[in-house]
Amino acid sequence: MSFLSLERVEKRYPDGTHAVRGIDLSIERGEFVVLLGPSGCGKTTTLRMIAGLERHSAGTIHIDGRDVSGLAPSQRDIGFVFQFYALYPHLSVRENVAFPLMCAAVAKADRERRVREVAASVGIEALLERKPRELSGGDQQRVSLARAMVREPAAWLMDEPLGTLDAGQRAGMVEFLRARQREAGVTTVYVTHDQEEALRLADRVVVMDQGRIEQCGPPARVYAEPATLFVARFVGSPGMNLVAGDCAGGRFMVAGARIADDVRAPDGPLVLGLRPEHVRVDPRGVLRGRCRLDAFHGACRYAWVDTPGTRIALRVSAAAPALAAAEVALGFDAAHACWFDPASGRRVA
Amino acid sequence: MRLVRWLVLVAGLSFAALPLLWMGLSSLKSREDAIRPHLNFVPALGAPADPHSFEFEATGTAYAHLSEVHAGAQASFWSHLWSSVVIGVLSTLASVALGTACALGFSRLEIRAAKDWLFFVLSTRFMPPLAVVVPVLLMYRTLDLQGTHLGLALLYTVFNLSLATWLMKGFLDEIPRAYEEAALVDGYTRAQALWRVVLPEARTGIAVTAVFCLISAWNEYGFAMTLNSSGAVTVPAYFAGLQGNIEGMPWPQIAAGALLFVAPIVVFTWLARAHLLRGITFGTVKQ
Ligand SMILES: Nc1ncnc2c1ncn2[C@@H]1O[C@H](COP(=O)(O)OP(=O)(O)O)[C@@H](O)[C@H]1O
Ligand SMILES: [Mg+2]
Repeated sequence: MSFLSLERVEKRYPDGTHAVRGIDLSIERGEFVVLLGPSGCGKTTTLRMIAGLERHSAGTIHIDGRDVSGLAPSQRDIGFVFQFYALYPHLSVRENVAFPLMCAAVAKADRERRVREVAASVGIEALLERKPRELSGGDQQRVSLARAMVREPAAWLMDEPLGTLDAGQRAGMVEFLRARQREAGVTTVYVTHDQEEALRLADRVVVMDQGRIEQCGPPARVYAEPATLFVARFVGSPGMNLVAGDCAGGRFMVAGARIADDVRAPDGPLVLGLRPEHVRVDPRGVLRGRCRLDAFHGACRYAWVDTPGTRIALRVSAAAPALAAAEVALGFDAAHACWFDPASGRRVA
Repeated sequence: MRLVRWLVLVAGLSFAALPLLWMGLSSLKSREDAIRPHLNFVPALGAPADPHSFEFEATGTAYAHLSEVHAGAQASFWSHLWSSVVIGVLSTLASVALGTACALGFSRLEIRAAKDWLFFVLSTRFMPPLAVVVPVLLMYRTLDLQGTHLGLALLYTVFNLSLATWLMKGFLDEIPRAYEEAALVDGYTRAQALWRVVLPEARTGIAVTAVFCLISAWNEYGFAMTLNSSGAVTVPAYFAGLQGNIEGMPWPQIAAGALLFVAPIVVFTWLARAHLLRGITFGTVKQ
């Protein structure tokens, strides 16, 4: 059995909100799993059920082979980083960080050494004597992380810990978190709505929507082979281009034009999914339209082209000629195309 | 603008402080000076040359006489002050402790019909307390609580409990649950989390509630007068009891006693001022 497993876990709040609608998830020891999904999809609820802060309405949760259903949070041996930094205002930063050690009967000298170490690793040594209210949002979040990391529990659960940091700080913290987790080997479940962050951190990404798991897999696979239309749209920035059409005898037709041959999908309505980097300007291309916007993105540019029915984003090299307002024809890599059944939303090929 | 502000402040302050000042002056007078029909408010060290001047001879005898048992009373001012302290402190401790416990329940647990219960708690204040003075008197007579410290302390606790519960609920609701939850996952039990996280966070609320409870118990007059007319008589009832005795009112002693009676509340409020300032604007406790 895996280290942390959820089986058919559901959560219905007293007010009737069905926040989590049956989740199956197995997490291996030392794995870094990221729950990714839009706000309100049940990520926090799932994390809180693992922590024991919320009782699950159905299903079972096992940590390290133990059914934890009846265990209080304090008996589950976890560290939790809250979305909105829950530092104790009446304690100094040092006392906040040491707090989890105070009840674990750790000797004073040992405690101080560990507080110093973890403070150094998240870069808050200079702030130890301050009160939380004197810190910036970013620093408070660092202290929260330090508090969770001062112990090495069975699992770290983190709820959007970088939510309040600005982009620059965030990049640094992502690197730090990844390295620190590798080094400590503590099983980690991390919640975010930021797909970029998820892809950079995770061993495995769990994409959620409306209380259900849409897809679960390594970042590269979730990105390249989204299991559903939802994942295709949600992961990637910009998300996957989706072109609706019909399939008849292996031919994919959009508004009477033949777009692709040899499609291995059943006849009927079909959706073609294409990552922007797999679309290119091609004079012989079958998708035609006027370019609406050509935006600079540093190493590359993204252009948006209005084709009949959909607007398609494509990546062009920074040095390529400007496309804005031009009529262009687009081609694509059939090898990277994903095919979805619009009725079920699932990928069929 | 500044000038206007100062004028308003000074006017307000004199309005509030003048009675206290007058009391202070009266406490320095002899009884004759205190009841003299002409105005005298300038303390002087010796007897004034002109008996019709504004001056009077300042003396500390009123304070010295506080330890005397006056006609119409059974004990000295000091022993009544002690009764007030015992009753005030006991009932404040009890109201705050019970009110906090009650509010914790309403704030943190899922209680069926919590709103109705809270309304019920509040409704205990709808009736003027003195309306029940006779039944309480009979009850206390049966239970032998008349004239005891415990009796009044119990009564004041009951009166203040609803206020304490509602105040504390407001304050506790402002403390994010994430604080307790963080402590819970860090390995603390629910009780430890309450004790080490929630209560320290609620210090402001506790101080504010305590000030309100203490003031109301300290100054209560109606029940003190009826239930404890003998035995553990509190200061307000003691002063009232001096009225109409054969020797006449010992005004300087009353002024001196009233000043000393106000002092503890002022000191207590002063000590809690930082909390009060934050607490009076409910909802700003959050960071
Ligand atoms: N304590 C609660 N009571 C009732 N509904 C809740 C509660 N907490 C969250 N919800 C609802 O459950 C759903 C999932 O919430 P949440 O797990 O916080 O989502 P996420 O973290 O993915 O944004 C939302 O619709 C939210 O409004
Ligand atoms: Mg959330």
